Amino acid sequence: MGQTITQKILAAHAGQDTARVGDIVMCKVDLAMANDVTAFPAVDAFRKMGAPAVWDRSKVALVASHFAPAKDIASAGLMTRMREFAAEQDIEHFFDVGRGGIEHILLPEEALTLPGDVVIGADSHSCTYGALGCFSTGVGSTDIAAVWATGEIWLRVPESMKIVYSGRPGPWIVGKDLILTVIGQIGDDGASYMAMEHTGDTLDHLSIDSRLTLTNMAIEAGAKSGIIPPDDRTLEYVGQRQTAVSRYRDFDVYLSDEDADYARVVDIDVSAIEPMVARPSLPSRAVPVSEVPRVKVDQVFIGSCTNARIEDLRIAAHVLGDERVADGVRLMVIPATQRVWQQANNEGLLDKFAQAGASVSTPTCGACLGAHMGVLGPGEVCVSTSNRNYVGRMGDATAQVYLANPAVAMAAAVAGELVHPEEVRAEAPFREEVVLIG
Amino acid sequence: MGKAFLYGDNVDTDVIIPARYLTTSDEKELAAHALEDLDPTFATEVQPGDVVVAGSNFGCGSSREHAPIALKGAGVSAVVAKSFARIFFRNAINTGLSISVCPAAVDGIQAGHEVEVDVAGGRVENKTTGQSFVAEPLPEFVMDIVNAGGMIPYVRTKLGVA
Repeated sequence: MGQTITQKILAAHAGQDTARVGDIVMCKVDLAMANDVTAFPAVDAFRKMGAPAVWDRSKVALVASHFAPAKDIASAGLMTRMREFAAEQDIEHFFDVGRGGIEHILLPEEALTLPGDVVIGADSHSCTYGALGCFSTGVGSTDIAAVWATGEIWLRVPESMKIVYSGRPGPWIVGKDLILTVIGQIGDDGASYMAMEHTGDTLDHLSIDSRLTLTNMAIEAGAKSGIIPPDDRTLEYVGQRQTAVSRYRDFDVYLSDEDADYARVVDIDVSAIEPMVARPSLPSRAVPVSEVPRVKVDQVFIGSCTNARIEDLRIAAHVLGDERVADGVRLMVIPATQRVWQQANNEGLLDKFAQAGASVSTPTCGACLGAHMGVLGPGEVCVSTSNRNYVGRMGDATAQVYLANPAVAMAAAVAGELVHPEEVRAEAPFREEVVLIG
Repeated sequence: MGKAFLYGDNVDTDVIIPARYLTTSDEKELAAHALEDLDPTFATEVQPGDVVVAGSNFGCGSSREHAPIALKGAGVSAVVAKSFARIFFRNAINTGLSISVCPAAVDGIQAGHEVEVDVAGGRVENKTTGQSFVAEPLPEFVMDIVNAGGMIPYVRTKLGVA
């Protein structure tokens, strides 16, 4: 019996030839990440574990993202503690306000997550990095403290679910629509404890930005990880990022064997997919936009680790054209990282959004988790490009959140209600290779 | 042993403890807001020893360890569910919140029933009806962490710290 890419990566990091599904293995970790919300309980746990220093200061990343820039005095305190820990431990990859952004978009940009790696993050969306062909998963603060102390983590070798996408995506279709289709089909725990392996000829048509959205939402299906076997596009992207940031490290490319075992195979005909909308209050309540009533919206949020990359902002700007944000609608645009912000600024996108009446902010997770920069009030309706529409996620428990791609989100901002982006802009967005500066 | 609080499927960590309270990791402060967007009276009604009983995918969503800490701080002695989301499962084991995977018990318990959970013995008892249920066993490796008293003492032993 052959092995999946996930089994191979875990076996290699456990010092074994093979890794049997269901076995518990101790894996060496290539990168351990924490953010401002998860780092401080991790620091407390780390102290109690009694290790004098982190196992490898070059393999720890700390990112100010969730409440950053500090939203209040208490969150300023969290970031102070993270900053002090980073200094004390001489952490090599500490990204403060103005130096980073949302971790799941930042770390691939920084060439810190590479194919074949085992990446462990104290944030549930740490599954995102798998788009580059690494094993990556989210854990809590005590687990990340244990990694800091020992350099290892215990993992149960997961079953894999193979998702086979076939066909060319329509003009308005991006990674978000594919993953919402899958979650709508298999449910919020449809891939519980599994590795979701994304495959198929459609991937040839998906940018790295879109692929990162596919793996980002593995957790919304209950999965342990999301992964895309590396191809030429992956290697080109990784090489480009390594050169751009002058950070080089050897990596291994793993692919699944032809006769690898899958717990389930899901076939998705992408040519038939419409832009998808997940209705309140579960990601699995996803349906084509044409099946959703023309709900009047109070706020639109274009941001988060799911959809705030340069491709997303370009698509949003295309839909906006020379229109203005509808009266009575607040549009929040939050580029994911400092680098995406600069690129969008250089391309004139941020000015275009601002001219149209949008609020454009510095990178932060903020609005996605109802922390700051766009918290929803009672009964408000929001269309969001983020990944969760749970009760109370973005603010008041009675607020209603619809998840969608950036084109649908911008169309809602212009029309004032949920519509197909074609109603706002007849021409489909031009697909260009996503290249980031610096 | 304690009274059962009954909830459905997909109880996510955003409703167990909303992000607006994540500026602290103090268990009493977190406990005051446990489950407030799902059940606003939970935090005032829960008594030490009470048990949360829920459907599938309990604790889905965010990796915030504040979620098991909030429930533990509220005095919850155990969570019995049909299944747990994997990060919550790890966080509960690591922080010492007792959890039990036992679909039959979930179907056989009503709100307010007196319930006792024996994690080591793998049993859930409904004292009100007299029914007893066998929980799914936890992996041996996971039981080692439970028996060590959580992840912190487990790592101390591994590191050889006294």
